[in-house]
Amino acid sequence: MASDPTAKARPETSPAPTSAGVVLDDVAIQRALMRIAHEIVERNEELGRLYLVGIPNGGPPLARQIARNLREIAGVDVTVGVLDTTLYRDDRLTSGIRPKLRRTEMPSAVDDRVVILVDDVASTGRTIRAAMDALMDFGRPRAVQVVALVDRGHRELPIRIDYVGKNIPTQRTDHVELRERQGGEGMEVVLMQGRGAPS
Amino acid sequence: MMGRGLLGIEDLEREDIELILETAFHMKEVGRREVKKVPTLRGRTIINLFFESSTRTRTSFEIAGKRLSADVVNFSPSSSSLTKKESILDTAKTLDAMDPDAVVVRHSVAGVPKQIADELTAPVINAGDGAHEHPTQALLDLMTVVEEKGRIDGLTVTIIGDIAHSRVARSNIYAFTKMGAEVRVAGPPTMMPAQVECLGVKSFRSLREALDGADVVMALRIQLERLAGALFPSVREYSATFGLDRAKLRYAKDDAIVMHPGPVNRGVELSHDLANRRPGVILDQVRNGVALRMAVLYLLAGRKPGATEER
Repeated sequence: MASDPTAKARPETSPAPTSAGVVLDDVAIQRALMRIAHEIVERNEELGRLYLVGIPNGGPPLARQIARNLREIAGVDVTVGVLDTTLYRDDRLTSGIRPKLRRTEMPSAVDDRVVILVDDVASTGRTIRAAMDALMDFGRPRAVQVVALVDRGHRELPIRIDYVGKNIPTQRTDHVELRERQGGEGMEVVLMQGRGAPS
Repeated sequence: MMGRGLLGIEDLEREDIELILETAFHMKEVGRREVKKVPTLRGRTIINLFFESSTRTRTSFEIAGKRLSADVVNFSPSSSSLTKKESILDTAKTLDAMDPDAVVVRHSVAGVPKQIADELTAPVINAGDGAHEHPTQALLDLMTVVEEKGRIDGLTVTIIGDIAHSRVARSNIYAFTKMGAEVRVAGPPTMMPAQVECLGVKSFRSLREALDGADVVMALRIQLERLAGALFPSVREYSATFGLDRAKLRYAKDDAIVMHPGPVNRGVELSHDLANRRPGVILDQVRNGVALRMAVLYLLAGRKPGATEER
């Protein structure tokens, strides 16, 4: 998940954004999601086993779009689920506040499926690690692959992203987030310098 | 409010209640999974300190803690040592030295959880104290009503029975009025606290008037073992006047739900057919109790006093 959930609780006096820029606009996002759908078809033989699982808040809309793209290019209906990782995170135990839980909705069993986790912004790898742990509690997938719309680096765990929308070099202190496009339809990814730690 | 524990609904803001309920609904989904356990409280210790025996509530808290991967320890001091104030505070200090992350307290005397909370660094959750409050029961009742009715705001809730001696009644009065419901209470005059209207409720002597147009009917447990003969002439008379059956329930709305904190004295507060009614919500209350207590433990036991927000 891209946004740092503690960021909102911080007073406005915390380091002011030195700049905030759109690093992926809606057209670029849609193009990346279409390319990722093609790569998924290329890499997987049994498309019927696919199960797209979005990690809130950014993942689910991306997962739904990838599912639409897969229907368009390969004619398959892929199950889409939502998996909140909050209760599996390791970096919350030291924190003073308890993050809000998000919805989890796994419409069918994951046993023997090829689960593709979909996250908006990948960084340390801790969210993906938590998502894999959560997933294993739902069953035994045949394989797990990972989509990230943006990979900003700073990995802290041995986790590889299989499908990357765009690699964006960042400082650890930057904040990258997927959000609704301001003043219009669609989505955009913005980078705010000096606004938060990677998650 | 939530920082120092959960001692009563009286201390909560509406936003706190909404956060707890929202979290509880997410926890309920965890309870429907094949593996009903999440690692969020791994390495945390929760002590169930029950001075007054209660298998249901204690078990509910125990399951809730275990589903969050906490280590749950049940501590039930013998009843002979609890009448002395010193021993309660000594017990609290002893427990504090064991470094728990949350302590769940039940006691037959009002105010003991607060006293213990003042001695502990860990948050204290009140699991029922005398005739004072039973906050998790009221919260799970709210949760059950939200599930059934989709809202609390604007509903009419009638609570029947021993209002004066019931911590469930008190917590529910605070809970439902804070969430915007109209709360009515009905019962024999001996069981009605003086000036109960100060709590923002309407009181009735007639069950029929109290039930008129009610969306939710909540029957309280009559403590037969303690009260029979003292506050009403006979069980049969109580049951005839304030016991709920199908005929009396007709005064309420057609889709009214019947709740009871359990265990039910069949034929006293509720007729057999109402206690058995399917679909009924009384077992949903029990089921929601686990999810609700998971939410409270998650929100309270997960944090360390003085922990900084570092990532």
